[in-house]
Amino acid sequence: MKRMLKYTLKRLFIMVVTLWVIITLTFLLMISIPGSPFNTDQASNETVQANLEAHYNLDQPYYIQYLLYIKSIATFDFGPSIKQPNQTVNDLLSRGFPISFELGIITIALAVVSGILVGIIAALRHNGFLDYVTMGIAVLGISIPNFILATILIQQLAVNLEIFPTATWRSPAHMVLPVLALATGPMAIIARLTRSTMLEVLTQDYIKMAKAKGLSPWKIVFKHALRNALMPVVTIMGTLFAGILTGTFVIEQIFAIPGMGRYFVESINQRDYPVIMGTTVFYSAFLIMMLFIVDIVYGILDPRIKMHQKGGKSG
Amino acid sequence: MKAEKKLESVQTPAHIPDEWFTWKERDTEKLEQVSRPSLSYWQDAWRRLVKNKMAMLGLIFLVLLTIMAIIGPMLSPYEVNRQSLPNQFQPPSMEHWFGTDSAGRDVFTRTWYGARISLFVGFIAALIDVTIGIIWGGISGYKGGRTDNVMMRIIEVLYGLPYLLVVILLLVVLGPSLGTIILALTITGWVGMARIVRGQVLQIKNYEFVLASKSFGTKTSRIIRKNLLPNTMGPIIVQMTLTIPSAIFAEAFLSFIGLGIQAPFASWGVMANDSLGAILSGNWWTLFFPAFFISFTMFAFNVLGDGLQDALDPKLRK
Repeated sequence: MKRMLKYTLKRLFIMVVTLWVIITLTFLLMISIPGSPFNTDQASNETVQANLEAHYNLDQPYYIQYLLYIKSIATFDFGPSIKQPNQTVNDLLSRGFPISFELGIITIALAVVSGILVGIIAALRHNGFLDYVTMGIAVLGISIPNFILATILIQQLAVNLEIFPTATWRSPAHMVLPVLALATGPMAIIARLTRSTMLEVLTQDYIKMAKAKGLSPWKIVFKHALRNALMPVVTIMGTLFAGILTGTFVIEQIFAIPGMGRYFVESINQRDYPVIMGTTVFYSAFLIMMLFIVDIVYGILDPRIKMHQKGGKSG
Repeated sequence: MKAEKKLESVQTPAHIPDEWFTWKERDTEKLEQVSRPSLSYWQDAWRRLVKNKMAMLGLIFLVLLTIMAIIGPMLSPYEVNRQSLPNQFQPPSMEHWFGTDSAGRDVFTRTWYGARISLFVGFIAALIDVTIGIIWGGISGYKGGRTDNVMMRIIEVLYGLPYLLVVILLLVVLGPSLGTIILALTITGWVGMARIVRGQVLQIKNYEFVLASKSFGTKTSRIIRKNLLPNTMGPIIVQMTLTIPSAIFAEAFLSFIGLGIQAPFASWGVMANDSLGAILSGNWWTLFFPAFFISFTMFAFNVLGDGLQDALDPKLRK
C-alpha cells in the first residue's frame, strides 16, 4: 500500500508541474502577442482603450498579471471572448464541451471494445485469412487521416446512398458517421497492439497449462490471456485520448457539430486569443488528468507492482 | 589407438561387422569452412528486410515519391500557382494528368510540390528530434544518478504536455510558416526519441565491452559515440519511421484547422483541405490525389517501420 501511495504522490506531483508549465506557457505566449487585444478595427479613443486595459488588469506589471491569471484559472474563470460579444470562455465550454464529451466517450468505447475484439480474433487466427484481412484493414485505418475518412464517409454513405444524415448532432443516426470517422484510427491501433501482445502471451507456459487443464478456449482467452495482453493497451490510452480530443476539432468542423472543438477551431481562425488560451488550458488540464488516471490504473492493474507489495510485507 | 578403444567400448549389434567402421582423420579444411556467409548486423537486417514484401513495397514507394518530389514539377509545363479560371475543375486528361482544381491549377504539379513540402517537414522534424533525442537521452542514460533523475523529470513533464495543443498554441502566436511549423513540431517532439535512446543506453552501458573501453581510459564522449550509439541505432531508426509520418499527418491536420503552410507553398494538407467541398460536387480528383498520397505515404512508413522493427531486432536474428 505504501508503495502504491508513493507512486501516486509522485505521479500527482508530475501532474501539477505539467499543469503549471502549460499555464505559464499560455501566459508567456499571451503577453508576447504584439499589440493590445483591443487594437481592433473599430476606432476607439485612447481613454476607452486605457479604461478597457485597466478593467482587464492589462496595465499592471507582468508578475501581477501572472498571479491574477493563475488565480483566475484556479477558480475556473477563463475570461471573456473578445470576438463574440457577451460570451465568456466558460459559456462556450459549458455549451460545447458536453457535446464533445459525448462524441469522445462513444468513440473511445467503440474503439476500445471493437479494437480488442478484432485484435483477439486476429491473434487466434494467426497467419490465417482473417488475420491478414483485419490487419490489412487496420494498417489502412492508421494510414488514412480522419478528415479524409470523414469526407469519404459523407460522400458515400450520406450523399450517394443517403443512409445517414450529413451533419449536426441530434439523433443516434447523426452520430454514426462522426463516431466512425473518429474511432477508426484508435480502433486500428488498439487492434494491432492487442494482436501482437496476445500472440506473445498465448505462447507462454501458463496458457499451455490452462489448455492442459482442459479449460475452454473461451475461458483461456478472456480470463487468462487477455488480462496480461491488455497492459500495453492501458499504457497507450493516454495518447489515444489526446488523439481523439484533437480529432474532434476536425470532425466537429466537418460534420457541423456544435461542440467545443468547433469553437476552438473558429477561435483560431478569428485569432480570439482568450478563447484559444482558455480552451488550451482546459483541454490540457483534462488530458493531463486523464494521463494521471491512466497511470494510476496501470499501477493498480500491473501484477508486478502488487507482487512487490506482497513480497515486501511478508518478507 | 584411442579410436580403436572407443570402438570397442561401443556395443555394436552383432549383425554389423566391425570392418564396416573406419576411422577418419579430422578434416581440418572442412572444420574451417563456414556454412553461411558471415554477415554484419546491418547486412543481416537488410537481408531480412528484403524478404518482407510489404516493407519493400513501402520502401520502393517512398523512393519513387522522393524522386518524383524532386523531378515531378519539372515534368509538367504548368506553374504550381498559375491560376487559370477558364480551366476550372478539368477532369484528368492528357493535358492535365491529375485534372485541375477550383482555381484551374494543375493538380499533377501541385501534388509533387506538396510531396516536397510534406517530405521536407517530415524529414527535417525527424532529424531534429533524433539529434536532440540522442544527445539528451545519451547523456541522461549514460551519466545516470542525479543527472538522469533531473533530466528524466523534465522529460516526464514535457511528455505530459498535449503535443498538438502545444503546436497549435505556438503557431497561433508565431504565425504559420515552414520554419515555425517545424519548430513547433520539434519543440516537444524529441521527447519520445530521448526516452528510447535513454532506455537503450541504460541497458548497453553495463555490457563488458563498454567496461573494457572505460578501463582503457576512453573519454565519455567517445564511448557514447563509438560504443553506445551504434548499438542503439535499430530502435532509433524504427522510431524515425514513426516520427516522419506523424509529422506529415500533423502538418496536414494543421492545414485543416487553418494553421498550415501558407501560399505560395502548397502542401498535401492544404490541397486536401481546399478540395473538401469540391468532392461533394463531383470533382473527386481534387481530393483524391492529395488524399491518396497522404494516406499511402503514411501506409508506406507504417509498413516499412514494422518491417524494420522485425529486421533490426537482434532477438529475431537467425
